[in-house]
Amino acid sequence: MSEYDGLPGDWQLVVGLEVHVELATATKLFSASANRFGDEPNTHIDAVTLGLPGALPVLNRNAVELAMRIGLALNCTVKPCTFHRKNYFYPDMPKAYQISQYDEPLNVDGFLPLPGGKQIGIERAHLEEDTGKSTHIGGVSGRIHGSEASLIDFNRAGVPLVEIVSRPDIRSAEEARQYLSELRAILVAVGASDAKMEEGSMRCDVNVSVHKPGTPFGTRCEIKNVNSIRSVGRAIEYEARRQIDLIESGERVVQQTRHWSEDDGRTHTLRSKEDADDYRYFLEPDLVPLDPSQEWIDAVRAALPPLPAARRQRLADATGIAADSEAAMVVVERGQDDYVLSAASAGGDVARVLVHVKEAFAEQGAEPMVPIADLAKLTSMELGGQLTATQAKTVLAEIVDAGGGDPAAIAAKHGFEAMAADDLAVFVDQAIAEQPDAWAKFRAGEGKAMGALVGAVMKASKGKADGKAVTALLNQRKG
Amino acid sequence: MARTIREITAGVRDGSGTATANLEAALANVTAREDEINAFNLVLDEQARADAAAIDASAKAGDELGPLAGVTVALKDNLCTRGIPTTCSSKILDGWRPPYDATVVSVLRDAGAIVVGKTNMDEFAMGSSTETSAFGPTRNPFDTTRVPGGSSGGSAAAVAAGFADFSIGSDTGGSIRQPAALCGVVGVKPTYGYVSRYGLIAFASSLDQIGPFTTSVEDAAVVLDLIGGHDPLDSTSIPVERPSLVEAIRRDVAGLRVGRITDLPQGADPDVVERLEASFDALREAGATIVDVQVPAFTYGLTAYYLIAPAEASSNLARFDGVRYGLRVDAADTNAMYSATRSAGFGDEVKRRIMLGTYALSAGYYDAYYGKALKVRRLISDDLAKAYEQADVLLTPASPSVAFPLGSKNDPDNLLSMYLCDVYTIPANMAGHPGMSVPFGNGADGLPVGIQILAGTLNEVDMFRAAAALERAAGSEGVAK
Amino acid sequence: MPEQISTADVAKVARLARLDLSDDALQRMTTQLDAMLEHFHDVDALDLDDVAPMTQPYPLTNVMRDDVIATSLDRDEVLAQAPDAEDGRFRVPPIIGLED
Repeated sequence: MSEYDGLPGDWQLVVGLEVHVELATATKLFSASANRFGDEPNTHIDAVTLGLPGALPVLNRNAVELAMRIGLALNCTVKPCTFHRKNYFYPDMPKAYQISQYDEPLNVDGFLPLPGGKQIGIERAHLEEDTGKSTHIGGVSGRIHGSEASLIDFNRAGVPLVEIVSRPDIRSAEEARQYLSELRAILVAVGASDAKMEEGSMRCDVNVSVHKPGTPFGTRCEIKNVNSIRSVGRAIEYEARRQIDLIESGERVVQQTRHWSEDDGRTHTLRSKEDADDYRYFLEPDLVPLDPSQEWIDAVRAALPPLPAARRQRLADATGIAADSEAAMVVVERGQDDYVLSAASAGGDVARVLVHVKEAFAEQGAEPMVPIADLAKLTSMELGGQLTATQAKTVLAEIVDAGGGDPAAIAAKHGFEAMAADDLAVFVDQAIAEQPDAWAKFRAGEGKAMGALVGAVMKASKGKADGKAVTALLNQRKG
Repeated sequence: MARTIREITAGVRDGSGTATANLEAALANVTAREDEINAFNLVLDEQARADAAAIDASAKAGDELGPLAGVTVALKDNLCTRGIPTTCSSKILDGWRPPYDATVVSVLRDAGAIVVGKTNMDEFAMGSSTETSAFGPTRNPFDTTRVPGGSSGGSAAAVAAGFADFSIGSDTGGSIRQPAALCGVVGVKPTYGYVSRYGLIAFASSLDQIGPFTTSVEDAAVVLDLIGGHDPLDSTSIPVERPSLVEAIRRDVAGLRVGRITDLPQGADPDVVERLEASFDALREAGATIVDVQVPAFTYGLTAYYLIAPAEASSNLARFDGVRYGLRVDAADTNAMYSATRSAGFGDEVKRRIMLGTYALSAGYYDAYYGKALKVRRLISDDLAKAYEQADVLLTPASPSVAFPLGSKNDPDNLLSMYLCDVYTIPANMAGHPGMSVPFGNGADGLPVGIQILAGTLNEVDMFRAAAALERAAGSEGVAK
Repeated sequence: MPEQISTADVAKVARLARLDLSDDALQRMTTQLDAMLEHFHDVDALDLDDVAPMTQPYPLTNVMRDDVIATSLDRDEVLAQAPDAEDGRFRVPPIIGLED
C-alpha cells in the first residue's frame, strides 16, 4: 500500500529538499556592506561585494551565530569547518567563484520532526554567500530567452545564506509541505531569518525520484524555481507522475535539473549545458578555519527559544488536544501559545481558551490586545453554566472587537443567562408532550427526529436554552 | 650617493632639506633614464609635486610630520591606488582606476611618502624577468640589454636607478628577492601574513606577500616596521606584535647559527657560487657559526609551485570577465563575451598558467596534481622547520645567475629555463617563511649578485641581523649605481 | 606526441577557463602543458602517503568581524569604470549558454 495515496500502483515517492535561507544579519557574509532588501540597485556594494581586484573576505561573526542557531535547532552537531571556492562563470557571481562550504560544513547530522512525529534527517546546514540579481530586458516577460541584455544588481551579492540539505526521507507532497512549514517556523522562532519564500529569503530546490518497494531508489531530478510551499507540493506531484509515466512506457528517467513553471503546472528541462559543471572546489586560501568553541556552542544552544514542536507539545499537555491538531499548529504559528497558557494562572480553562483563540484571534498577532483575564473569566462562566456556547461566542466577538471587556457585564447587557436546569426540564417535557410523533420516532432510534424537539425547546425558550443541555436531557428522558 | 630614509626625513623635519628637492632629484633621474629603462607604467609627476609641496608647507608650519615625510616611493602596479590606473601590466586592466587604496598604500600615504609612479611588472606577476608585461619590458639599469628580473622588475629598477628612495613590490615565488639581486638592491619578502594583502591584486593567495626594495638594510627595516602589522581587512593577517627591525639590525651576529644547505639544487653559475662562499666567510668573520643542514624537499619546490600558484591564479583571475571593470570585447552573448575578452586581454604566459591551474584543479586530476602539490608543500615546510632546529638563518643564492640578456629565456619550447630562476626563492613562499636578498659584490660582467637570507616564521629579526652584517662586510662593493 | 595531456583535454580546459584558442594555439598549448606535466613527475620520487596537505602557511583560526555596516562605495564612481551600465546596474549581453 503506497504511503502516498495519489500515486498509482505501488509506486513510492522519494523526496529530498535543499533550502537556502537568507540570514537576518546587518551586513554581508564576508564584508561590511549592508544586507538590505529592496533598495536602489548597487547601493550596498564594496570592494569585496563587487569582486574588485585586491579585495579580501572577512567572516561575519553574527552570521556564524545565526547559522549555529539553525543547526542546533535542527539537532545537528556543530563541527570545526572550512570554506571552499566553488568556481563557475555567471554575471551575477562577481568573483566567478562562490565561497561556500564543501566537505567540512558547519552543521551536520540533524533531524527535523514533522508534527505527526516522523523525523526527517538533516544531512547538513552550511554557510555560503548569495549572488547578485539579474534582470533580463528586451525579451518576453523578463525571461532570458529572447532578451537583448541583462542588468545586474549586486546588492544581494554576498548576503549570508545557510543551505539546509535534508536526507531523502520525505515520502509525500504533504510531508514536504509540512517540512517546509515547520522549518520556516523554526527559522523565524530562532531569529535567523524571516524566511519568506515570496520575497526570496527562503528558496527551495526539490529532488524527486520514484521507485517500487524493495527496489533501489530511482534516478532523481532536481526541480528549481519553486516559489511557494504550495508549489512545492504541486511540483512534486507533477514530477512523480512524469517519472512514473516515463518508466511505465519503457523509458528511463534522465538525471537532470528541471525548471518548475507555475503557469502551466509542469516541469521543463533547462537548456542543456555544454559540459557537466566542474566546480574545481579547493580550500579558500583567503580565509582560515572556523572552530566554534564549546562555550560558544553551549551558549547558543542555551539561548534557543522553545521551538514550535516543543510549544505544540506544551499546549497538548495542558489541554489534552493532539500536538499535531490544527488548533495547536495554528496557535503556535501565530505565536499565541504563551498567551493561551497564561489563562491557567488567570483562573481560566486553557482548553476552552485555546478554542476561542484559534477561532477569533487570527488578526491579533503574537501579542493579543485582549487581556487574558477577560478570556479566563469568559471560560469560567461557560464552564459554570452561566453562558451557552452560542452566547459565549457573541460575548467573545464583542471582547475581541473592543480589545477587551468584562464578560459578565457584556452578558448582562445582552440579557444572557443560561437557563436553570429545572426551567429547562419544563421546556423539554413540554416539547415532548406537544410532539408525540417526533418523540416516538426519537425513542425508536431516529436521531433526526431530535431536531424537531430541540427546535421546539429553543422556540419556546426564546433561544435561551443551551442546545447541548437540551440534547443531554432528551437522551436522558429516552432512557 | 643615496641618502637613507632617516636622513631624508630628518632633513625635511629640521629644514635642512625639502620634500620638493628630494622629489626633483628623483624626477631628474627619471627624465634622464626612464625612456631606456621603462621602470614605470605611469609617472605621477604632477601629483607628486603637489604632495611634496604640501609636505613642505606642513614642515614650515611646524605641523606634525609622518615618519616617511618627503620620502619618494614607487609602487608596483598590482597595488590598488584609488583613482589612479592600476593595470598589473595587463591589457585586461588597462586604464582601470580602483575606487579604493590598498592598505599598504594608505599606510605609506599617511606616513607622508610621495608616490612617484606605478611600476612595470610581469603581467599579473607571472614571470621572472618583467618581459611578460603587456607594456614592454623593463631594462636593468646596470646593463640595459639585460633584464631587471621579475615579476617586480620595475620596482627593483626604479630604486637601482634612483627614480625613488624605495619601492614596494610583491613576492609569490621570488618576485622581490630575485629582481633585487639582479638590480643590486635590498629586497625583502616578509613572513606570510606579516604585511596586509588587502588591495594587492592577487596572483596566488596563499603565497603572495608585499615587501620593500631599498638601497640599504636599514631602510628596509624602517619600511617593514611601518607597513608590517595586523589588518582586520585581511583574514590571513597575523595578529601578533612584530618586534622592531630597526633595533634588530643594531645587534651583531656573534653566535648566530648560519646554515649552509648542503643538498641545495645545483645549477647556480660559478660567479654566484663564489659570492655565496664569500658571504659565509664574511659572516663567520663577524662571529657567526656556520652549520651544515639538509633540506631534501627543497628541490621539489618548483613542481609544487608551478601547480599551486597557477591553480590559485586560475581562480583569482576568473573575475576578469568583462562584466564590472576592465576590458570588454563585445559578443552576442555573455559566454562568448567572456572568452573574447579574456583571450584578447591576457598574454601568453598568463593564459598558460590559467590553463595549467584549471587543469590541476579539475575533476579527476585534483589528487594527481594540486592535491599532490599540497603534500609536497608540507614536506618542504617540515624539512625547513627541521633545518631551523640547527640554524637560525640559511644562506643561498637569490638567483642562479646575474641578470641575463633580454629574450634569452623566452623560448616557449623551454619554459623551464625561465622557471628555474626561482628555484632558490620558491621554498620560502611554500613554507610562508621570510626571505631577503642583500647585494654582495659583483659577478660575471660586473653585474650585481644578491645573497638570499632565509629564516623561520616570524624570525625577521635574525634575518635582518645577518643582512646588516653582510651589508657591513660588503662595504663599498654593496650597492652599485 | 603528448603523453600527459591531449588536445581534447586542453580544449575542455580552455572552455572551463573561458579562453578561445585557435587550432595552432591549441597545439602549442598542448605541447607546452605536456612538457610541464612531464617535469612534474619528479615528485613521484617522494613518499607522500602519510603526508597531510598544507594549505595554510600560518595557523590562524576563527578570524571574524563584528556585524557592523560600513559605508558603501559610491555607485557612480564604480559604474564609471564599468564597460557598460544602465539604470544604476551593470549591463551585459544576453546570458545564454551558462548554467542557472
